[in-house]
Amino acid sequence: MDTLPVVKPACGGCCSKLERLSVSFGDHRVLEDVSLHFHCGELTALIGPNGAGKTTLLRAILGEVPHGGALHFLDRSKRRPDRPVIGYVPQKLEFDPTVPLSVLDLFAAALSRWPAWLGHHVFLRRRAEAVLERFEAAHLAGRALGRLSGGELQRVLLALAVTPVPDILLLDEPVSGVDQAGLELFYRMVSGLRRQHDLSILLVSHDLPEVMRYADRIVFINRRVLFDGPPEAAVDDQRMRQTFGLDRTFLERREAGDPARPACVAPHCPEDAP
Amino acid sequence: MTAWQRLVALLPFEWAQYAFMQHALLAVICSSLLFALLGALLVNQRMAFFSDAIGHSAFTGIALGVVLGLGDPLWAMATFAVLLAAAMTLLRRVTRASDDTVISIFMSFAVALGVVVLSRGGGFAKYSAYLIGDLLSVAPPDIARLAVLIVLTLAFYGALFNQTMFVSLNPSLAGSRRINVRLVELAFAVLVAVAVTVSIRLVGLLVVNALLVLPAATARNAAGNVARYVGTAVLVSLASGVAGLIASYFWATATGATIVLFAMACYLSSLLRRKP
Repeated sequence: MDTLPVVKPACGGCCSKLERLSVSFGDHRVLEDVSLHFHCGELTALIGPNGAGKTTLLRAILGEVPHGGALHFLDRSKRRPDRPVIGYVPQKLEFDPTVPLSVLDLFAAALSRWPAWLGHHVFLRRRAEAVLERFEAAHLAGRALGRLSGGELQRVLLALAVTPVPDILLLDEPVSGVDQAGLELFYRMVSGLRRQHDLSILLVSHDLPEVMRYADRIVFINRRVLFDGPPEAAVDDQRMRQTFGLDRTFLERREAGDPARPACVAPHCPEDAP
Repeated sequence: MTAWQRLVALLPFEWAQYAFMQHALLAVICSSLLFALLGALLVNQRMAFFSDAIGHSAFTGIALGVVLGLGDPLWAMATFAVLLAAAMTLLRRVTRASDDTVISIFMSFAVALGVVVLSRGGGFAKYSAYLIGDLLSVAPPDIARLAVLIVLTLAFYGALFNQTMFVSLNPSLAGSRRINVRLVELAFAVLVAVAVTVSIRLVGLLVVNALLVLPAATARNAAGNVARYVGTAVLVSLASGVAGLIASYFWATATGATIVLFAMACYLSSLLRRKP
């Protein structure tokens, strides 16, 4: 993180927009007419039942699945990058536990052109250790990926996802298979990132009560967008209450759990800059 | 080549005095290095079955060479292997069938087509040399080809190693870091196809895949980072290659298959020594 300021100067400028996004697999329409704006400094929780298209939406943003509609990104300097920097933490990194990769090898694969089989550059080592340090994972640098616990692996992947600081951070059910303590540590770190780096964070989850504590905005999808608004509005929404059994006590937990709201959240995307 | 031969002749062994063994030793060292380097990536990419299919497709390549009237079928074999490798790599992404189904279909087709053409008129026996290979009759041009492949593989290791490693861990994650997953996969598949084709005449298509996979599989059991992984694979490959060559000289057995036995011994001992 040594190359980037800890606190991003301006906020409110960057924005990612999905306009009437749709995805079909064969005849099967997975997503339909999804229009969403993601602002920086905001943690948006994307929730919905299994098969609602949450992961597909992330894959469309990543450019892995063809989609209809448009995707626009506006970075902090209000330019429109064709390919924004995307940080991504997958749901569960499926890999053979005997994979002969250490955490440092993983950072080298992502950040360095110097071939990892020749050992690691001092520069890479320092950079990786500095980032890992911030995610309470500095001691894991030399460890093989297969010997990390679920929570340790997710912290390593989060550290990797924010190096370099992305325009948008995608987290796909990042804490499935992580114990309660690891889960809270992970969410606290994500929450901290949003404030420090003024990031747009899109967090996919099926556990609404859990993400209520941290999210600035709730988006409920099931093939199309069924709800889009702040947690305060979610508890008042008839359908959300019925689906998730919400009541106002969730808001109380939230305020207790996350007192410091982001210093500034852009309420709207700036209208189409040239 | 003569300098190498003089060097080997200094060894105080009877076998080291024969020109064919001096050539074979150099060929074994080159092919062991090549197999270890390619195999390390291959096993990480879970492409062991893929390279097996490429090896078996050699039948069709030879048949093509015969039909086209080429004296040396090597170019036809290499061309066909590269086309097949590219087709399998691209089709893997397009169809939703699992990898092993797609590969199995291509492999059966390539073997069947080759056997049909080569067996016409009952002349298949003369091609059986390709099945077990002949390292002891290796000639300097074969060694030169191996050397070129080693250089290409080292170039790949220099330019695309990190990307390949990342793709093998998780393609989505690699894609999010702007790695061109398809290009990396395609380049590697083509390299494997050419290397397997060139090696078949030396070690035989029945065991070429074992020589690719075993050193890397052994190293995987022992290593916790990639530097150690690649190093171990190279050591295992070189040791079993040289040991297998010398043993095959004394036992009068096929060299490629004998090397596999030594590599298998390494693999089994790595299983026993493996940390929990």
